[in-house]
Amino acid sequence: MGNEPHPPYQRPPLSKNYLTGDVDQESLYLKPRSVYENAGHQLRLGVRVEQIDRDSSTISLSDQSRLQYDRLVLATGSHLRHLNAPGADLNGIHYLHDIADSEVLREQLVAGKRLVVVGGGYIGLEVAASANKKGVNVTVLEAAERLMQRVTGPEISAFFYDKHRGAGVDVRLNTAVTGFEEGDQGHVAGVTLADGGTVPADIVLVSIGVIPETALAKGAGLPCDNGIIVDEFTRTEDPAILAIGDCTRHRNLFFEKMQRLESVANAVDQARTAAATLMGEEKPYDSVPWFWSNQYDVRLQMVGLSQNHDQRVVRGSPEDKGFAVFYLREGCVIAVDAVNLPLAFLVGKTLVQQRRTINPELLEDPDTELKSLVNGRLQS
Amino acid sequence: MGKVTFIEHDQTEHVAEFKAGSSVMQIAVDSAIPGIDGDCGGECACGTCHVIVTNEWFSKTGTPGNEEEQMLSMTPERASTSRLGCQVVLTDEMDGMTVHLPEFQM
Repeated sequence: MGNEPHPPYQRPPLSKNYLTGDVDQESLYLKPRSVYENAGHQLRLGVRVEQIDRDSSTISLSDQSRLQYDRLVLATGSHLRHLNAPGADLNGIHYLHDIADSEVLREQLVAGKRLVVVGGGYIGLEVAASANKKGVNVTVLEAAERLMQRVTGPEISAFFYDKHRGAGVDVRLNTAVTGFEEGDQGHVAGVTLADGGTVPADIVLVSIGVIPETALAKGAGLPCDNGIIVDEFTRTEDPAILAIGDCTRHRNLFFEKMQRLESVANAVDQARTAAATLMGEEKPYDSVPWFWSNQYDVRLQMVGLSQNHDQRVVRGSPEDKGFAVFYLREGCVIAVDAVNLPLAFLVGKTLVQQRRTINPELLEDPDTELKSLVNGRLQS
Repeated sequence: MGKVTFIEHDQTEHVAEFKAGSSVMQIAVDSAIPGIDGDCGGECACGTCHVIVTNEWFSKTGTPGNEEEQMLSMTPERASTSRLGCQVVLTDEMDGMTVHLPEFQM
């Protein structure tokens, strides 16, 4: 069941190759429709699930039909955080979450136009890079003191700041938005700033994050707290109902705490766990989270969560072809951010998984081969 | 149109059809062939679409690029003709190709 008209699809290209028109819509689909048909799976698209009635084990749909379930999986994802500010309803102010949003925005990305991106996170920066490639004049406004502050350390933030500035994108940090100015016919003409200034705009993209979509679960009385609460087997409080992906806050065995993750890897791995649970196999979810972002010719691959680190070790330098930042806590590698250095990402994945204590000098030393830092095979 | 044969680690064979321009990962996923995950959707970020090209076809697929090489270098089942399926774009010349799948993806 999905409320969009499309079969399940990959979202990462919506801010990258799909936005620039380099790949077609079908290439986004997780599987072609024929795979579902051949497996005897029915896809009901363009229909919204309105309500779950747990007493009768039925769901009510927006087309007035009802459906009985033995087991139910909620994969409702997230919805966009909206900016509440004067002028936020003007034409030309865009958000990016689904195929339709990406297609509407793509039409607007015409060389010479002025795009203002509100929010310097993954999505905002990926769109900035895609638009820049199209010859659009881009300004990125970030309220925090550095880019991608929530997800990475200062070295990576600084690298991407330089990268965008070097490409001709006007990146402004410590810049809070207060509202939007109206031009002709209800169309946005500019973005007003807390310091009193205005940035002229033909197009605006607001990318300030997402909120887990829990309304359906809440309505059914399932415990939710910044996500639908699930255990390590993706079960909600009701054993007949599972939940996976961005909409969940799950018991994470690796971090030994409740964790919400916005990532493809988490969605895919939780789906595998849910499939096992449904088949009566108990396969707890204990994956180390990982993420990636492509901007210009830069591939950023990240593994682990760096927030609570007490030491950073940089291997290589931003002037090199690739470099990486290792985040340690009490001598143990807890996260790695690798820029154009997939080997550091993969070695990091093993180090994080194994909670390895490692001599920081070895991580930093270019004469120590990265591969020599891991013993044994990568976990499959 | 062309065909690629995928041989799983347990020797089970699958044949997938392709149109030139698709990647080896894409046609494997589209044909629901077990043993190829393609978690990142073909952005060369995850390393879960490792295939081992049979020797006689390796000249057609070519060798891995620098970043792909780094991804492959950490795979325990790395062979001299290993590629990431998402980075092999199929051409009409690859009609009839056979690739082997590793026991585990990363």
